[in-house]
Amino acid sequence: MIRKTIFTTLFLALFVGSGMAQIAVKADTLYTMNGSAITDGVVLVQDGKIEAAGSAADIQIPDGYEVHEAVVATPGLIDAHSVVGLAGIYNQDSDQDQLEESNAFQPELRAIDAYNAREELVKFLMNKGITTIHTGHGPGALASGQTMIAKTSYNTVEEAVIDSATMVAFTLGSGVSRNYSTPGTTAKGVAMLRQNFIKAQEYAEKMDGENAPSIDLKMEVMADVLNGDITALITAQTAQDILTAIRLQEEFGFEMILDGAAEAYLVMDKIKEAGVPIIIHPTLVRTYGGTQNASFETAGKVQEAGIPMAFQSGYEGYVPKTRVVLYEAALATANGLDRDAALRALTIDAAEILGITQQVGSLEEGKDADIVLYDGDPFEYTTHIEKVIIDGKLVKGE
Amino acid sequence: MKRILIACLCFILFPLLLFAQQETTVFQGAKIIPISGDPIDSGVLVVQDGTIEAIGAKGEIDIPDGANVVDATGKVIMPGLVDTHSHIGEGSGGDRSSAMHPDVRIMDTIDPRSDSFKKALAGGITSVNVMPGSGHLMSGQTVYLKLRDANTVEDMLFVDDPGEDIAGGLKMANGTNPIGDGPFPGTRGKSAAMVRELFIKAQEYKQKVESADGDEEKMPSRDIGMETLIEVLDGERIVHNHTHRHDDILTAIRLSKEFGYRLVLHHVSEAWKVADEIAEADVPASIIVLDSPGGKMEAVDIKYKNGAVLEDAGVTVGYHTDDGITDSRVFLRSAAFGVRAGMSREAALRALTIANAKMMDIEERVGTLEEGKDADFIILSGDPLSVYTHVEETWVEGKKRFDRSNPKDKDYATGGYDVYRGNIHLHDH
Repeated sequence: MIRKTIFTTLFLALFVGSGMAQIAVKADTLYTMNGSAITDGVVLVQDGKIEAAGSAADIQIPDGYEVHEAVVATPGLIDAHSVVGLAGIYNQDSDQDQLEESNAFQPELRAIDAYNAREELVKFLMNKGITTIHTGHGPGALASGQTMIAKTSYNTVEEAVIDSATMVAFTLGSGVSRNYSTPGTTAKGVAMLRQNFIKAQEYAEKMDGENAPSIDLKMEVMADVLNGDITALITAQTAQDILTAIRLQEEFGFEMILDGAAEAYLVMDKIKEAGVPIIIHPTLVRTYGGTQNASFETAGKVQEAGIPMAFQSGYEGYVPKTRVVLYEAALATANGLDRDAALRALTIDAAEILGITQQVGSLEEGKDADIVLYDGDPFEYTTHIEKVIIDGKLVKGE
Repeated sequence: MKRILIACLCFILFPLLLFAQQETTVFQGAKIIPISGDPIDSGVLVVQDGTIEAIGAKGEIDIPDGANVVDATGKVIMPGLVDTHSHIGEGSGGDRSSAMHPDVRIMDTIDPRSDSFKKALAGGITSVNVMPGSGHLMSGQTVYLKLRDANTVEDMLFVDDPGEDIAGGLKMANGTNPIGDGPFPGTRGKSAAMVRELFIKAQEYKQKVESADGDEEKMPSRDIGMETLIEVLDGERIVHNHTHRHDDILTAIRLSKEFGYRLVLHHVSEAWKVADEIAEADVPASIIVLDSPGGKMEAVDIKYKNGAVLEDAGVTVGYHTDDGITDSRVFLRSAAFGVRAGMSREAALRALTIANAKMMDIEERVGTLEEGKDADFIILSGDPLSVYTHVEETWVEGKKRFDRSNPKDKDYATGGYDVYRGNIHLHDH
């Protein structure tokens, strides 16, 4: 009887312990993304948070810590714009929720109501070192809906989500007319957007007045965009669409992030002047339609211009169903992007653009313990991602 | 009289020989990966009149007098890449009037000026099997092209006379892509039945031709589709069969055995599930590497380890781009991802070159760097499997077709404003 109790207690202790394991990561090269790379680095993890990160010379690994070794370790990678979780691996109607086609203007659609945390593509990205995704309604509508930020390891949206309403996804350009009968042209689409922003201005004013109108979900969200509570994520690939996005921002004064920006190199000064960050198209984006003039070198040029930048997997309508930001950053690095800047764009710079630096993006005391362990240069094609840790839990590579 | 003739010939030939001498180019100092043998650390490659005159280690190869010697120290030279499955060149195949078009030649629709060829050259590709799509059980004849500087499609062929010689393969597909409303099959079972029916018809046609034994009176009326299928039945024309799911792979093999035609499996997403069966059937597999699985039901189970599993099983395995499904400019990456998932480096490099040449019956000409073969090679800035490596130069039959140091050529490697004007074929996979 006593023995059984002891056994149960031990079992319980072990069980609880595994969930809250104290972990130490040792890496030949440690990129904390808070200062330069550290040779022989150590990260200590307790209760899902980073306890310490630095040189092995300064940090002693206490007894009882589960030690994981790597050639290289980085913070968990951030995919700054995806649709996975709404878009599924099968590409059948039943698993494609990134674009609602009844109306081209639906900012009220929430990502959290459609996100499938168990989606295989989410787990696929997790195994590629992507621990945080900014995902949600996709490009292709004037306003397709909202986006959210989630950790890739959990099985429900409630557990996974770290920001439930991050941005509203707007799209400019001819791509919208392929999905909707109205607008039929780019110019009509811009007119419709302007009208809706003006309507939202009036709505917000009336809401503050004595005879408040009944609640309009679309206008509620648009008012939040206008007052800066939600950022406008504007997908614009061609130079003229990029300039239109900037023009709209000047007119209405919302917070904006440029998405895609395939022809950014043609209007770099204007983008810089507007002070907007870019979530750049996948380096390997197919060169047709709005991205016909995309270049492997754009990411490098954007970074050189001093414009804040992050990488995205983007939306893929066919095969492959998603891209992997690590590959996109690697190819950009091989084509002129500074290597450290590429790592920042995958981690701390992405966190900055998404407004989540308190939690993720670097290996610093108090932040979430999201760590990726590699057996070589993270960008090399032949390097393996050996282990992935999210919130202090080993989610890949037992 | 004879003597005079010889003298005359000498007179004519002599200046020609001199001219040929001047065309000798020697690349020396590079690490040469000939594929046919071990890498040579400091190698010499002698190119003359579009063919490889000699190849070997520095010091072991005589440098011909008057040769143009290029110092390639620090570079890597390997054979031009061979792509067994691509949709560059903006060609077309059969239409919706039938599910099977053995009569249709993609050759008749290729645009030799298409910038997609320049993109392929920027990725180091020098030989390519351009195929019609997979929306048919049999979408038409494919064409094997050499990426020469061409004005006409004939300038790009491997054969002299496409009317007489076999200029390509035959594209077939099974699984979901060819399924549709009539005249297309509605199920997999129907797909196989339709293919079998057509091949039985071809066997009968062939029988008639053979029993006519040259007697024109007894010959059946000409049927260009049937004539193509005779070439397939005779093993002269290879069937390139799009297939993904494990059971579809086995069906493709079953039909090829029934009719005795030569088969190359393409894409083969679930090859890892039936690798032993593929090996047993002695059928080569031309596989694809995708950034992620999915996008269609049949590609949900595709694995990076496909190459490694097939290699272990003893299957001849190659990679292809299926451009625009994957991008010709990063074809080398497919092999690198294969190595990451456990394939040997040697097999992965063969899978970009000689293995693919064999799948197109062009292995006597291309796929390795050996004396007497076409001088198709690429000069790389470093290891072929590194992301940081660039294709610096692509040579086809002794002529430089891509040079990254030339800004206009480099544009084709990176893209940019108004660089690519052509369409991308996306509806095949």
